[in-house]
Amino acid sequence: MAKAYTPGLKVTTRITHRARRVLPIRGDVLVKKGQRVGPRDIVARTYMPGDVEPVNLANLLSLPPADVPECMLLREGERVKKGDALAQTRGIFGLFKNTYHSRHEGTIETISPITGQVILRGDPIPVQVDAYLAGDVVEVVEGEGVVVEAEVTFVQGIFGIGGEAHGRIVMAGLSHDQELTDDLVTSEMKDCVIVGGARMTDRAIKKARDVGAAAIVSGGMDDQDLKEFLGYDLGVAITGNEDVGLTVIVTEGFGEIAMAQRTYRLLQSRAGDAAAVNGATQIRAGVMRPEIIVPLTEADMARVPEPAHIQASVEVGMPVRIIRDPYFGLIGEVSALPAEPQTLGSGSRARVLEVKLDSGESVVVPRANVELIEG
Amino acid sequence: MKKIDPDKVNVILATDCGSTTTKAILIQKIDGVYRQTHRGEAPTTVEEPLSDVTLGVINAVTEVSELSGRVLVDENGRLLHPAQGDRGCDIYISTSSAGGGLQMMVAGVVAEMTAASAKRAALGAGAIVMDVIAANDKRKPHEQISRIRELRPDMILVSGGTDGGNTTQVVQIAELIAPARPQPRFGRNYRMPLIYAGNRDAAPLIERVFDETVDLSIVPNLRPRLENENLGPARDKIHDMFLEHVMAHAPGYEKLMSWTDAPIMPTPGAVGNILQRIAADQGLNVVGVDIGGATTDVFSVFDRTFNRTVSANLGMSYSIANVFAEAGMANVLRWVHLDPRIMDERELRNRVKNKMIRPTTIPQTREALIFEQAVAREALRLAYVQHKEFATTLKGVQQQRTVGDTFSQAVGGQTIVDNMKLNLLVASGGVLSHAPRMHQTALLLIDAFEPEGVTTLAKDSIFMMPHLGVLAEVHPKAAVEVFERDCLIYLGTCVAARGQGKAGRPCFSYSIRGETLNESGAMAVGDLALLPLGPDETATIACEPAKGFDLGAGPGRRIEKVIRGGTVGVVLDARGRPLILPERREECQATIARWVERMELYPDAEVIAV
Repeated sequence: MAKAYTPGLKVTTRITHRARRVLPIRGDVLVKKGQRVGPRDIVARTYMPGDVEPVNLANLLSLPPADVPECMLLREGERVKKGDALAQTRGIFGLFKNTYHSRHEGTIETISPITGQVILRGDPIPVQVDAYLAGDVVEVVEGEGVVVEAEVTFVQGIFGIGGEAHGRIVMAGLSHDQELTDDLVTSEMKDCVIVGGARMTDRAIKKARDVGAAAIVSGGMDDQDLKEFLGYDLGVAITGNEDVGLTVIVTEGFGEIAMAQRTYRLLQSRAGDAAAVNGATQIRAGVMRPEIIVPLTEADMARVPEPAHIQASVEVGMPVRIIRDPYFGLIGEVSALPAEPQTLGSGSRARVLEVKLDSGESVVVPRANVELIEG
Repeated sequence: MKKIDPDKVNVILATDCGSTTTKAILIQKIDGVYRQTHRGEAPTTVEEPLSDVTLGVINAVTEVSELSGRVLVDENGRLLHPAQGDRGCDIYISTSSAGGGLQMMVAGVVAEMTAASAKRAALGAGAIVMDVIAANDKRKPHEQISRIRELRPDMILVSGGTDGGNTTQVVQIAELIAPARPQPRFGRNYRMPLIYAGNRDAAPLIERVFDETVDLSIVPNLRPRLENENLGPARDKIHDMFLEHVMAHAPGYEKLMSWTDAPIMPTPGAVGNILQRIAADQGLNVVGVDIGGATTDVFSVFDRTFNRTVSANLGMSYSIANVFAEAGMANVLRWVHLDPRIMDERELRNRVKNKMIRPTTIPQTREALIFEQAVAREALRLAYVQHKEFATTLKGVQQQRTVGDTFSQAVGGQTIVDNMKLNLLVASGGVLSHAPRMHQTALLLIDAFEPEGVTTLAKDSIFMMPHLGVLAEVHPKAAVEVFERDCLIYLGTCVAARGQGKAGRPCFSYSIRGETLNESGAMAVGDLALLPLGPDETATIACEPAKGFDLGAGPGRRIEKVIRGGTVGVVLDARGRPLILPERREECQATIARWVERMELYPDAEVIAV
């Protein structure tokens, strides 16, 4: 390709990260440019329009729609409580009047003479946005929110569930390839971001939730366990809104996979520090991957250099991770880049590369089946 | 847009901006005939950090430049117009499905009538329909309002009521949408385009319901009478609004729109366009399928009626887990002839999810390929079922069954898809187009779509149909010439008998006479045979079906037809229709293994990588 682009996951000791924190609709920004904020500080607030309840008075009072407005006892813009008389028919010679009492609370938004429908709008719903990470407000987006910037250690996962969470990083095991089992999860890990090694078992995940951990992160998990934890089979990788009491982040993929050593060492170096995590994942149309962000202090920044910029194309000597069977999860270094496409075991022809694995063995894999380890 | 003189066009550049990949093709006039000569591709660049679709376009076009030796991009990264010597092109056109394509919500009064017609209009324009709201869709009004608030459509289409009919119900639907204030996908500065295509008498009332937060357009009723649809005006308006609103807000699209010599079309809209044109030109009944990572589009033209469905939940990567959820593991595994011990369910579930989260990987081993193709069969099969359910005669219309006085009591709604009438089945999408052997593509199509009688099978070699669909708008001659010569690779012909019988009993006899193929024989129930007949070759086949089997002329009646060959040949399929596999796993495995061998799906190949 003229300019090949092989995106990989970002795992870096230090990077300038900007988090855009905005409201879903216009509201008030509560902080100023240049202000230092903490992760839980509310930076913007608004009110969403309340829930809508349509009331078809024409049907309920057996009236022609055009008659509904004059039968209304309250007007557009007025407030109605549950049980209040909303409308009353004229009856026959003033007798046999029929009254409708509201079953909902809200404000009368519209009264339609065409359909006889009255729209009740419930109370506005407050919505607020926090800073998510400790940093500086570098930009205020008028009426919407802010951009918070910080120097951080940044670890991107491959898949997650659950939304934003905060907690101190705690290492549950002793090595990057140790399975994360439930005996390694303790009650002291309440409110923490638990970091494991290889596959996390279903019992470990449940225990993490039960002890009140903020999040659990490990190299892999089984899809069968994900299904049991969620209570349903996940059909597409669009997550982040699951209400399961825990954010779960997988760094490598599904199955028995060790966390990349580099990722493990990096998280280990930040053990005890406060992290912001987000399990939200979206693969298509706006790729979003789960993340673990650990802000750096001034002292950290003095001793942790910014890593060199990594090119986006594959070259000999670059570290890669194999992301498809039969060598799924293995890490190595590119040792050759044959120019001509070759025939695979599947019968397809594809451009390949040679990877020298950490074990010393050399394998040939399609270029599409590796990802760069960035950062 | 500049006016194009077709006679002066010698070099055409076309791109398709997909969700993952941007593809470019070069078409040149050679000896008076338009031919597709070169192609290139590059990753689509709408997402962070690049966020400019034109970068991916330039990358793909640069690859075409390098391969063709024709300079198409200047030193400032702009396309060169017009063609002069070995530089530049005369026309540049593009399609797009990047950023997930066009996502719409439609609403109508009756789900089976006006709402269904609105859905057809939206699908025909190339949209993904997120939801259909109707007065009779069994949801309570507040549930409908919640749903509208949850959705983030790019555009809304509202229909309802025949012209001159009742206005109340369609206004009622509008009165639900207005307060729900649906939020567009593209942020707060974007006015939601809303198209009203219902009862014309209700139009003034509809205008009063919506405020300035909505960009309202009124077009002719898409169902002016129950007996007929008028989808064109709504479809055209969707397309205009797509360009004006959706495309203009997607990163880099405004620049791209300024480059093209024709309005950018949504990719599926363009594919539908070219299929309809070919079906009309050649008098064919056609089914086309495009199976992608996230969605499977099925297009059909039967008796000049066009339908398109998008199975937004069936695909080979992003949606692969959904295929399992809908089909079930057992239905996928029934197509796999390998030792079941190597297909542990827990392990398979992990593989499927890994493909979902890393969608650009490809199968490296034969076993991985076989498994992927089994998934593809189920995805295609389910997508076709959804298509058949949607492509029906208009509901709400009395059908006259016999000439004379008698009217049936039926209210329409029968599928118009008839596999026996199907003339041409066209495949596109990675798993079909890039299968290592075309025999695999052929059997994938036959197993999933179950064509009956005599059907030509083809694949769109490099997914050129979108390019040709939009080219047809400005240069129909070029589009048709390239389609006929370069777009389709003919796999061959499938001859399949409709009917069921006991395995081993006679199904049909055949006699084929041609220059290179002369053969006669008999097919027993359960048999599959592959006969060689090359591309550009034809032969005449005569078949006598056994009692209870139909090859197109009626049960037990002889047929004689000219058939064309292809890269695969002639497939004689006596397995029966509908196609039923043995229930017992071992028997099913042995049956599939036999078909795999007959169709030469996975012969041993010399490989370098494992």
